[in-house]
Amino acid sequence: MSPADRGFAAVVYLGSSLFAILIIGLFVELVLGSWPSIVKFGPAFIFSSSWDPINSKFGALPMIYGTVVTSLIAIILASFIGIMAAVFLSDFAPRWLGQPLSFLIELLAAVPSVVYGLWGLFVLSPFVRTAVGPALQKVFGWTPLFSGPIYGVGLLTAGIILALMIVPTVTAISRDVIAAIPRDLREASMALGTTKWETAIRVVLPAARIGIFGACILALGRALGETIAVTMVIGNRPEISASLFAPSYTLASVIANEFTEATTNIYISALIELGLILFFVSMIVNGLARVMIWSVRGSERT
Amino acid sequence: MSAEAVTVDHVLTTEDLNAYYGSRKAVGDVSIGFGRKAITALIGPSGCGKTTLLRCLNRIHEVSFDARVQGSVRLDGQDIYSSGVDPMAIRRRIGMVFQRPNPFPTLSILDNTLACAARGLNRKARVESAERALRQAALWDEVKDKLKSNPLQLSGGQQQRLCIARAVAAEPDVLLMDEPTASLDPIATAVIEELMGSLADEFTIVAVTHNMQQAARVSDVTAFMLADEDGIGRLIEVDETAKLFTKPANRKTEDYITGRFG
Amino acid sequence: MNRDLSTRGLGRRRAMGSLGTGLALFCATLAAAALLAILGYVVVQGIGAINWSFLTQLPHPVGVPGGGVGNGILGSLIIIGTATLMAVPIGLLTGIYLALFGRGPVPEALRFLSDVLSGVPSIAIGLFAYAVLVAPLKHFSAFSASFGFMMLMLPLLVRTSEQAIRSVPQTVREGALALGMSNFRATVSIVLPTAMPAIITALLLAIARVTGETAPLLFTAFGSQFWESNPGNPMAELSLQVFTYAISPYPSWQSQAWGGALLLIVAVFVLSLGARLFLRRAMQGSGT
Repeated sequence: MSPADRGFAAVVYLGSSLFAILIIGLFVELVLGSWPSIVKFGPAFIFSSSWDPINSKFGALPMIYGTVVTSLIAIILASFIGIMAAVFLSDFAPRWLGQPLSFLIELLAAVPSVVYGLWGLFVLSPFVRTAVGPALQKVFGWTPLFSGPIYGVGLLTAGIILALMIVPTVTAISRDVIAAIPRDLREASMALGTTKWETAIRVVLPAARIGIFGACILALGRALGETIAVTMVIGNRPEISASLFAPSYTLASVIANEFTEATTNIYISALIELGLILFFVSMIVNGLARVMIWSVRGSERT
Repeated sequence: MSAEAVTVDHVLTTEDLNAYYGSRKAVGDVSIGFGRKAITALIGPSGCGKTTLLRCLNRIHEVSFDARVQGSVRLDGQDIYSSGVDPMAIRRRIGMVFQRPNPFPTLSILDNTLACAARGLNRKARVESAERALRQAALWDEVKDKLKSNPLQLSGGQQQRLCIARAVAAEPDVLLMDEPTASLDPIATAVIEELMGSLADEFTIVAVTHNMQQAARVSDVTAFMLADEDGIGRLIEVDETAKLFTKPANRKTEDYITGRFG
Repeated sequence: MNRDLSTRGLGRRRAMGSLGTGLALFCATLAAAALLAILGYVVVQGIGAINWSFLTQLPHPVGVPGGGVGNGILGSLIIIGTATLMAVPIGLLTGIYLALFGRGPVPEALRFLSDVLSGVPSIAIGLFAYAVLVAPLKHFSAFSASFGFMMLMLPLLVRTSEQAIRSVPQTVREGALALGMSNFRATVSIVLPTAMPAIITALLLAIARVTGETAPLLFTAFGSQFWESNPGNPMAELSLQVFTYAISPYPSWQSQAWGGALLLIVAVFVLSLGARLFLRRAMQGSGT
């Protein structure tokens, strides 16, 4: 090998090693930072619902609850809207309509998180407080889910904002997956005398279900980690409440909200441990999603 | 099976050459000599290993994934596979033209031609150098006014001649050609076949071709290869072209030439 | 023989079909309309706040009218610029490694790590940057923010570099090697330039992504009220300022938040659309 080639190989190895070290370092640092908290609180950390910085008692349960609920709301809303939109865009929309709509939906993904939060805080929250909330309470107020005072900020608003943020993911991937279903399948169904809609719902969607499911899981992964928009509309209260109107906390938003105020080492360590939990959850969810999407799209990765 | 070669000055020879892709042997025990400044054609049906053999001659075979070579290839007596030999240096002395024209898409015609020619020349010397190579490739007149433009604008035949110019600009001893006219129309093919004749005044040429008639038209010596029952490519017969096509010594050669298979 | 060709019964199925199609259309339009609603609101609220002094001045204390996000704009440029300078070499080199050494346990491990990184929430990356560059030095800094942004940009750069280099036809690479070029020269002067359009597009998209990120900045760059160009110090950043102003109780700051939000949206859209246009033109230009 010439000196140039040797030097080139060395630089390439160096860059790649640095890349690997950075990522492994990320994991290591999160573990190191959480260690004091892990040692002090142990597994009870995940099940404890007290978040008391003054007395240095920390528990992740309220945050886990908030994260789960907001993400659930988001994924339920976004899956339905996103899959329906994907079906429309791939099988029903004429080009003059489909292309601009797809484009607009993809642009949704480009909107900065803080802008979503801003809009959520000043537009959506008042709207929920004055219109959506009371309407829901009137119809469903007898369930604990929709009882209680309506502040405008809270689990529901955060869930809706998250849904908006992840709809493009669900739509774009689902649309690709659906479009990749071979035409023969559709034609076979139509030849049996079904309507286009029946074909889409009863034949195409089931055929695409693994990829679509993967898209939803991937979107869920994004919702779990979303920080700024959520922290602006969730109310930032470490409490578990049955009502969707109640303010709450998520794993990401508590770190965003309290990290710079954290005074004691154990406080900081507890927050980092929340980050570590978030890291693991995201890793598992994303890994699951990728496996599903790969199995449908072959070697092309998202 | 090795074949007796006529007493000719062989600039390039192989001895018991075996080529592998992973565990699959593609070429088995080939020993052959290529005459200086002669055109040798390698013919045979698809899968007979002729392209793989060609690619072993300039050590491009080993660039493919999991590919390796056993045996020796000698350029002017020196084994190009011995340790301590730089493959890059070999490839400068043994050039290659590929089946599909592959000009570098981000370089101009001029820069493509001089891609591996002498460095550090001033502008005038560079154009002169390119002109020499492009004339050898019978392309100069067609591109002299557009040396700075993108080669992808040229026709397929012109692009292939550009690749030939690029290869000869490096002043190699041997020029390997892997089915150089396979992707070209008949007129472009004829141009390049004629070109090969004039190139042989300066270079030793080894050309793989799918087309028996082309081999008969163009080459001085023809080598016939065939895959055996295990799929390993073997050299069946080598002889002066006229003799091989009229009175082949081996039955299998005769079958192939008369179209009984392949 | 009763081969009933009448449309009896089909009417209800047709109606269901129309209803379903309508529902699907509604959902698609709803999503698109949401974007327009957000965009529209930001434009309407933000356009009033934008003027020359908004773009060039420092923030004024509450109660003093006027002021701007000049230091935030500068800070964003510095932080994102530094992040790009760090992310490109590492991302490109890793992509080259993966493209040249394709299969095997080590490349697969690198790809796995890259996938893991692309799923890590940005707040966790902020924690990493904090742990590595802020805590030991006991000092917030723009550099630590750039470090965090670099981590966010890497997976896209690595993945795209690898794919772009891989998609350069093998015959171009072999043609270069057959001329006697070293691996280094073949890759850097021939293969890489051919792969450049896709890589640049990915870079623009990565920059667009971090322009919209705020979470990692909270405890790395931390923000500032002053002009700052030293990466070793805390620095203002536009999206961080929007966040701080938005959650403040002062209407004058809140209206500036809308102005900043408009700037952010314009920047991100210009970058994203610019990336796509660039790619389309580059693909057409290459002729093949």
